[in-house]
This record gives sequence, structure tokens and C-alpha cells, in this order.
Amino acid sequence: MLLLLQYTLIFTSVLVLVALGGCISEHSGVINLGLEGIMVMGALGGALMMRAFGTESALLMVLAVILSAVVFGMAYSALLGVACINFKADQTLVGTALNLLGTAAATVLVKAINTASNPDNHSSEIEYVRARKMFIVNINGFEFNWFMLIAVLAVIGVAIMLYKTRFGLRLMACGEHPQAADSVGINVYKMRWAGVLLSGALGGLGGICYILAGVSLWKFENGVAGFGFLALAVMIFGQWNPVRISLAALLFGLFRALSNTYVGIPFLVSLNLPSNVYNMMPYIVSLVVLAFTSKTSRAPKAEGIPYDKSTR
Amino acid sequence: MKKLLKNSGVQAFIASIICIILGLLIGYIVLLFINPEGATESILNVIKNFFTFNRPKTQLKNFGNTLAKTMPLLMCSLSILFAYKVGLFNIGTAGQYVAGACASLYAALAWGWGWLPCMLFAIVAGALLGAIVGFLKAYCNVNEVISGIMLNWIALYLTNTLLSSVKEVASPYTLTLKNENPSALLPKAGLNELFNNDYITIAVPMALIIAIAVHILLTCTKLGYELKATGSNKNAAKYAGMAENRNIILTLAIAGGLAGLGAAMIFQSGYFRWECTQSSVPGMGFNGIAAAFLGGLNPIGSIFASFFIQHITDGGQYVNTNFYSSQISDLISSVIIYLCGFVLFIKLTMTKMVSRREEKAAQKQKTQGQKTQEQKTQEGGDK
Repeated sequence: MLLLLQYTLIFTSVLVLVALGGCISEHSGVINLGLEGIMVMGALGGALMMRAFGTESALLMVLAVILSAVVFGMAYSALLGVACINFKADQTLVGTALNLLGTAAATVLVKAINTASNPDNHSSEIEYVRARKMFIVNINGFEFNWFMLIAVLAVIGVAIMLYKTRFGLRLMACGEHPQAADSVGINVYKMRWAGVLLSGALGGLGGICYILAGVSLWKFENGVAGFGFLALAVMIFGQWNPVRISLAALLFGLFRALSNTYVGIPFLVSLNLPSNVYNMMPYIVSLVVLAFTSKTSRAPKAEGIPYDKSTR
Repeated sequence: MKKLLKNSGVQAFIASIICIILGLLIGYIVLLFINPEGATESILNVIKNFFTFNRPKTQLKNFGNTLAKTMPLLMCSLSILFAYKVGLFNIGTAGQYVAGACASLYAALAWGWGWLPCMLFAIVAGALLGAIVGFLKAYCNVNEVISGIMLNWIALYLTNTLLSSVKEVASPYTLTLKNENPSALLPKAGLNELFNNDYITIAVPMALIIAIAVHILLTCTKLGYELKATGSNKNAAKYAGMAENRNIILTLAIAGGLAGLGAAMIFQSGYFRWECTQSSVPGMGFNGIAAAFLGGLNPIGSIFASFFIQHITDGGQYVNTNFYSSQISDLISSVIIYLCGFVLFIKLTMTKMVSRREEKAAQKQKTQGQKTQEQKTQEGGDK
């Protein structure tokens, strides 16, 4: 049971971070479907840092890995920004391209690095057993991960930023009615760039958190298994509101955790279901939840529409 | 020349070529970064694919392999294109392809059906999955991209579970059709001898005909018009008396059917076998996005685009694996998809360039005309 709680909390943290990223981006008016690719890039940044940086200090390591993941995520999300804000490209298409590119680029890169250090090694895996331990504090068998704290801080931070600061309110105005925002002197392009870059930072954080969640070796060929999209489902279920998003993430996190831990729960083992059923669970739950919540969706009104100064 | 540049078909073609060249260039730069030595040879091998072999017979056989895999890719790209014309981004194509594979293999191996029923069953399975996405979109306002992705993963795990009952004992692969149920293999109609390749079946002409049929359906029929009208404005279509919800579901069902059929085409040729421990959705559906957009969202264009994408995907095998990995071709095709986002901008620039030149020419004529007139008046004054 403790294990289930631990996995639920860590997967919830991943979903919260990524969904908040999507939430900020959509409030600024850009649909970020590339979150999956951004997660992969953030994970790559963090994993490379863990591989290269040999320090004994846990604090230094945690900070370095977080910084690296954030930088990778932001740099990668800039590709979305250029295409969708400056060149008015189709946001769905570009987001999808980023997802595919993320996995492909990470695989090529990691394989090249592995082969360079050892000519016989053609795998796309990075191993980080030692570094992972630095992220974890063991409390009576419960593995507390620093990312759980970061996720809580992120929810509070984003909620305050969106609803209580001048910047946040202006950002949301750009997603609701960019022409009106522009008419009172807000630079819509700048605000949207801010939204996209922030979502890149949070997406990158979510990515590194995901690969640190349960394992100490990651195969980059597999990407992040649709987690970026699960986060988008969480965001919709949370109605683009940071606090509700965190509650929604808890539900999804629980179902995702079940697939890792159901063998330890006697009741579920006695049902004797194939393990694929548990793998499917989060996706089925999100479909059902979306079917019931999308009708009264409160999505930002101008999301997905490239801003053109000359139209009203 | 100017007229040619204004033609949207020509513009689309030029834009696609630009995307391809830039995509390959970026792939080349990545290779150079990894290891400058051998990068040129490897990128050339990606472009050459089956031409890397010397003997014409081997070339032909490998050309046949690429061609056989082009057909499911073409069907996937048609699936995406068809839905996109109706304003829907059918990323669920990947899952619909998986469902088609599941249905055709299960019917062939567990029930011993013949090739045609298996194929029809695959179409139904794909269409069903598409219809679910359509239903959720039409009646529950669920974003089709998100529900599509969710169904991709559900289809993958479901297929792994179902096909585990017809897999080989010692390996994670499904049983070979050739040994278990040869009647489920698609008829070859002599095409295999033409290409010296057993995987070339009637799927090749069939897919080409379907591409043309989709083109006709979209441009020349009432149904196609109604579907496109629903895509561009759902409310206007409703006001004009069209069943807008039915149209959305129908569109995605057809798109799903196309993807399912694509899966039947390749799995029933015996080229692929399903791996029951697969942990990621097959890339065929996602490459279809590249093919659809590279083909300028035109069914005929996507025939060539599909072949090109499959060509470089297969070419990825021939890079120097001492330094590089075959995923470089995935990287190139995803860069191409990204660049396709700029197609609108490229087209706009071309139109602007042409019209600016025309404007200049017109102005020149105007000023010349004014000058002659001035000269005339001056002449008049002198007199």
C-alpha cells in the first residue's frame, strides 16, 4: 500500500508539472501538443547531466539536473514558438512533428554518444543508478522524491502567477481575446512566447521526473509512452485551473501507479487480469473522463488561432 | 513563368521539394556532428536505398520490399489527408492501423478465414476505432487528437493481448501465415514474378486505385462536398441542412477504414508479423502524417510522397552503423513534418513575390506612359 502511495504521488507530480505547462501555454493562446516531445527532451537533458556530472553533493546534482532539463525543454519549445507564433503554422501539425522529432532525435543522439564511448554499444539507454539516489529521501520505506515537493510548489506558484500577478492576467488576456489585449498595449507575440517557453520549462521538468519515477535506466527509443497527452487530458479535466489540475492529476496518477504495483495488492492479483489491462487503464479512464467533461469545456477562447494583427 | 508560380499545385510542389531538401540537409548536419567521417556516404545511402546494391536483380527485389511497405503507408496518409480535408486531425491513424492488423491476423490465424473476409474485417475494425473518435468529437466535444492518442495505446495493448493467443511458443511473433493459413495471403496475380519479390500482391494496384477514388470522392461527389463543408464550418453546414454530427463520425470511420485496410495489405502479404511484446505504437501511422503533408494534401501527391518517405525510412538501414543509427531517417521525416508547418508561409511568400514583380512592372509601364505624355505636352508647349 505504501508502494502504491509512493508511485501515485510521483506519477501525479509528473502529470501536474506537464499539465501546468500545457495550461500556461493554452492560456497564452497556443495549443502545445508537443509536450510529449518536450518531455523527452527534458528527460534527455537531465539524463545527460546525470551521466556527465560526477559530484558527491546531492544538492548540487539535483540543481544541475533540474537546470539542464529546464534548459533543454525551453530550447526545444522554442521550435514551437517560432513556427506557431512568428510563422503562424498549424499548431496541431507542428506539435505532432515535435513529438516525433523528440523521440527520433533523442534516440539518434544517445546512440551516438553510447557508440562513441564504446564501439560495441548500440543501445539507446542511459543508466543513472547513483544519481537517482540523490533525488530520493527514504522515510520508513517510503521513497520521498524531491519532485513531489517541486510539483506542490509549482501548483502554488502557477496559481498565484496566473490569477494574482499583472503578468499572469495579461497572459490570460492574450488567450481569451488577443485583439483586445493588443489594443491596450500588451504585446501579444511576447506574451505567447512567454507562455510557450514556460510550458517548455515545466514540460522538461516533468520529463526528467518521469524517467526518475520508478527506474534507474531509460531507453530513449520508447519516448514517454503518451504521458504528454495524458497530461493534456488532465489539463482538460482540470478545466485549465491549476488547483483543479492537481486534483485531476491525483486520479490519473493513481491509475498509472496501479500498473506498476498491482502485483503487490492481493485483491487485484486475485482478479487474475492480464497485465495489459492495467497498462490500458490510464488511457481508458482519460477517455471516459474526457467524454463527460469536454462538453462544458472552459478552454481559452482564442487558443489554437495564430494571432494576426490585421484581423479583428 | 509567373503564371506557373501562381498556380497552387506548382507552389505546393516547390514547397514540398524545399521541405525535402532542408530535411535531408538537417539530417546531414546531424550526421556531420556525430562523426564527420563517413557522413556523406551515409546520407547518400539513405537517399539511394535499394540503389546501394550493385546487381540489378537484388535492386529490383529491394525495390519491391520498399514498394510493398509503401502501400500501407499510402493508406495511412490517405486516412490522415481525408480527415484533414474535413478539418479533423486524425492522429488515431496509428491505432486504427494497429486495430486492422489485429483483426486481419486474428481472423486469419484463429478462425482460418480467407483473404477477402480477413481484409474486410480489418476495415471494419479500423472504421470502428475511427467511429469512436468521431462519436466523442461530435457528441461530447472531445478533442480528436487526444482521444486518438488514447485509443492508439488502448489498441496497442488490446492487440498485444489478443494476438498472444496466436503467437509462436518460442518467440513473441505471431505465427507465419504461409504455414498456418496460406488462403489468407493476398493473391499475387503474377506481380510477384514481375518484381522478383513475393511480397508484391494485388495490394499495390488496389492502393493506387483507392488513392484515385479518394481524390474523386473529395472533389467530385456530393458526399465529399458535404464533408468538406462540415469541416470548414460545422454550424453553417447544420444550417444548410446537413447532418453535421453524422458527417464527422462518417469521416473518421472512413479514415479509420483506410488505415485498417492498409494494415491488412502488409500483414496479409506476410511481410510483417506482429510482435506481441511491442511497447510502442508502430510508426506507420505517424509517417503517414509526413506523407500526407509532403504530398501537398492531395491524394495523388501522397502516392509519391509515401514512396519517398518509405524510401528514406528503408534507406536508414544502410547508414554506417559503426557511428550512426538507422533512426536518422525517422529524424529526417519528422523534420520534414515540422517544415511542412511552414508550407503556408512559403506559398504566401511566392505569391507575394510574383505580385510584387507584377506591381513593379505595372508601375514601370505607368511611369513610362506618363513620361511620354509629359513629353507630348512639352512638345505641344514648344510649338
